[in-house]
Amino acid sequence: MKATPLQRALAIIFGWGAALLLFFPIAWTVLTSFKSEAAATTPALFFTPTLESYREVFARANYLAFAWNSVVISFGATALALAFAIPAAYAMAFHPTRRTRGTLLWMLSTKMLPPVGVLVPIYLLFRNGGLLDTRIGLVIIYALMNLPIVVWMLFTFYKEVPNDILEAGRMDGARTGGEIWYLLLPLSLPGIFSTGLLSLILCWNEAFWSLNLTSVTAAPLTAFIASFSSPEGLFFAKLSAASTMAVAPILVFGWFSQRQLVQGLTFGAVK
Amino acid sequence: MTEGGRAITRHRHSVLKAAAVAIIGLFAGSAIARADSTITIATVNNGDMVVMQRLSSHFEQQHPDIHLRWVVLEENVLRQRVTTDIATKAGQFDILTIGNYEVPIWAKQGWLDPMDNLPASYDVNDLLKPVREGLTYKGKLYALPFYGESAMTYYRTDLFKKAGLTMPEAPTYEQIRQFADKITDKPHEIYGMCLRGKPGWGENMAYVTSLVNAEGGRWFDMKWKPTIDTPAWHKAISFYDSILKADGPPGATSNGFNENLALFASGHCGMWIDATVAGGLLYNKQQSKVADEVGFAAMPTGSFKGAPTWLWSWNLAIPTTSKQKDAARTFITWATSKEYIELVAKENGWVSVPPGTRKSTYDNPNYKQAAPFAEFVLKAIDVANPNGQTEQPRPYTGAQFVAIPEFQGIGTQVGQTIAATLTGQMSVDQALHAAQSATERTMRMAGYYR
Repeated sequence: MKATPLQRALAIIFGWGAALLLFFPIAWTVLTSFKSEAAATTPALFFTPTLESYREVFARANYLAFAWNSVVISFGATALALAFAIPAAYAMAFHPTRRTRGTLLWMLSTKMLPPVGVLVPIYLLFRNGGLLDTRIGLVIIYALMNLPIVVWMLFTFYKEVPNDILEAGRMDGARTGGEIWYLLLPLSLPGIFSTGLLSLILCWNEAFWSLNLTSVTAAPLTAFIASFSSPEGLFFAKLSAASTMAVAPILVFGWFSQRQLVQGLTFGAVK
Repeated sequence: MTEGGRAITRHRHSVLKAAAVAIIGLFAGSAIARADSTITIATVNNGDMVVMQRLSSHFEQQHPDIHLRWVVLEENVLRQRVTTDIATKAGQFDILTIGNYEVPIWAKQGWLDPMDNLPASYDVNDLLKPVREGLTYKGKLYALPFYGESAMTYYRTDLFKKAGLTMPEAPTYEQIRQFADKITDKPHEIYGMCLRGKPGWGENMAYVTSLVNAEGGRWFDMKWKPTIDTPAWHKAISFYDSILKADGPPGATSNGFNENLALFASGHCGMWIDATVAGGLLYNKQQSKVADEVGFAAMPTGSFKGAPTWLWSWNLAIPTTSKQKDAARTFITWATSKEYIELVAKENGWVSVPPGTRKSTYDNPNYKQAAPFAEFVLKAIDVANPNGQTEQPRPYTGAQFVAIPEFQGIGTQVGQTIAATLTGQMSVDQALHAAQSATERTMRMAGYYR
């Protein structure tokens, strides 16, 4: 069915409207970051831009150290989560048992517990394991936190891969490892990529555990932003500058991988 | 599989392998060896602490064997972070920045190291008495004050002049209401009275508690029964509710200290009653559009004149779990010393020195000249007396808070109920009745009575 010009125009308006609405808070943050503290409290669109806040933020905190921690922790946790989720989702998708459905739902249900409910036990485990303020500690907690979502997404992507192809591989003598490595991974690569990207973004933005389990050595960008919020004093411009600097890397990364993300999300549709 | 396909998968294989090696490599670099005298300081992102962080290079030059690591967090995040750490004895921090609310409670728990045997040069008797007493538990100091504050009334001299009004040095709440009614000019977005409305024990309840004290009320009777549903609270909350509805800015329930600061600094408030620290910020021309029109007066009084008003201090303390206590103590005595105050004066000017801690600061003619509000702040702190009595005797201490661990929860819950009167969801009667029974329940569960 072909869309009428009116329908197309409406779709374009709605599309742009939604995009602008979603982008507005980010645009406003970026705009505020170039204002002076006195101007930041008024909603003016036109003002004399200044780099004062950026200078201040750079002088006060070691941005690169925080950013590096964010990169290491997000990529590390995503890699760890994928390493567990790829075989787990394979087993569930291609060799289901009576309990597979239940297991999948149970995994998802663990996401329903508010993290603060387990703060003290996790904190004690980390203290005893010497994991407080270490990157490896955050990598483990983030991987565990994202594992249910990653398994679920991979499971739905695998479901789109015809079992016949894997069977043909088995006929040719491929063992489980080879089957996953040589057949399943290449076939579902866009799916894996978009799953990884989602996990990366979730890790990057996670603020509860990173604020509670790190102090200096492993503190990522979320701790960097939190250090610019103040209970006494005007700080909106500096906070906006810190936020802009914190979201910039992942924003750029997302931009470049947009194609793969869309490909992954529409994966499985008729090609 | 074709030869070409295999080559591609082999290639992919090696790419994945390389990625795995790279990730493992990243972790290997993450373990850092710690030097013996490295101390971790947890602090809040307030202006005076930012200055301390910047000037700490002077300390490191004087003490090359002590290295400093800073954890700067927002007040509530820091409180949660530090409380978790100290309650689980994890020992992540060597120096904590905590308020005078926490110090006696944590000292009682045995979480803090006493600050005794201070060197004579530190001149502990120079610390302002009400501030020092707030940090004392069973005769021992458990923290040293970094800066202190009370509260006062800020007003716009130009608006008062235009309306033909004069602000007395020590106004009463009745006068304040008349002034607010006259100045309010809603079509021009001028609101006669700005007050904290954001719910929270350290937000709206700080102001409400001092207002209740001024009207002859208190939080608990001598048997720890809450006394919220009483005439004194009714009078106080009715005043608060009606003045904010008649003369306050729209959406007052989302205004805390910072929001009101922004409103006043951009010229929307006729009066504002809040922490003395705002003085320095409102006089700063870079941040405030009304720097030349700011006047100040004492906190207003109600029917009971001698009530404790408002005293808050940010202090540095050493947790018992610290493994670097000597180095931590060296830093704290430096950061709260007379020499440090002089260093700030030399680097940033006298108006920027941390206020409210030492007599010697207020005796200094340079400070008096640079900070026109200095005398007011000193007077406000002197009369704040958190150990003073309310009209009816009370079993607790604290000026704008109650120094018991349960108060964070109680204060925030009652704060939400009082905010509900401002939005019109509840009447004052309903709110106080609800707050009374909720507080009674919390206190019973906490074991104060059966």
